Amino acid sequence: MLERLLILSAVLFCIGLYGVLSRRHIIAVLMALELMFNAVNIALVAFSRYVTPADLAGPGGMAENARYVLTGQGLAVFVIVAAAAEVALGLALVIALIRRTDTLDITGVSLMRR
Amino acid sequence: MADSLFEEIVFWVLAATTVGAALLVVHVQSLFRAALLLIVSFLGVAGIFVMANAEFLAVAQVLIYVGGIAVLVIFAVMLTRDVEHSNLGTPVQPVALMLAVVLLGALTYAVVQAEWNLLPDDLPGPLAAVFVETPAQLGRLLVRDYVLAFEIAGAFLLAAVIGALSLVRER
Repeated sequence: MLERLLILSAVLFCIGLYGVLSRRHIIAVLMALELMFNAVNIALVAFSRYVTPADLAGPGGMAENARYVLTGQGLAVFVIVAAAAEVALGLALVIALIRRTDTLDITGVSLMRR
Repeated sequence: MADSLFEEIVFWVLAATTVGAALLVVHVQSLFRAALLLIVSFLGVAGIFVMANAEFLAVAQVLIYVGGIAVLVIFAVMLTRDVEHSNLGTPVQPVALMLAVVLLGALTYAVVQAEWNLLPDDLPGPLAAVFVETPAQLGRLLVRDYVLAFEIAGAFLLAAVIGALSLVRER
């Protein structure tokens, strides 16, 4: 079960990577980036459910440290936060780009200053 | 046994939906369709979260990705011209394909040959209890053990929103 979840995550990540590298339109690149975030979250959730965390053996024993099996899910929450911030900033950049250059083809955008 | 067969079927349906929709996202010509397919892919991932005992993340996935990010993306797509044929490839497409396939092979090899320190199949009592009430336990983990990261995430989101506003502000 762990292996197939991780392979599903790897497949999704590679589709996202291909999309990021091969698309011309900046919004398509952002969408592929979201796919990569999702792939990472699947891997984190799978680890959280199937792998024994090292913290489980800490002081207090299993009863005290049982909540640490959810560490992966906790990290996934922060990944979602980062993804939300990324998409908000990315789309703000898209709108700024439309105003400034009237194109969203990232192969044509290489300026670093006005 | 019937239960696990049902689980198998649900897993493969969800996995096929997620991967199929993701493949179409990077292939269809119309950006608008790509955005709609992205929603399908997000929903498939939410289903997979439910199967792996991550109920809170599944709900957060639907609320934030489907409800927030997808709507933002569609809004941005609406602002662009020539939506129907704008999702074209770059000249480096073959290289990108090769890189993705090589990385997939490497990751698959790493996953298959690694020796995982797996949890036992029938979970010991305390762990089983955690997976019964994941949202409550996750909440405790976030505001007790990782409270600093939690607060930083809040400040980070505020900074991102202010940054986005200042980027699009009319001068």
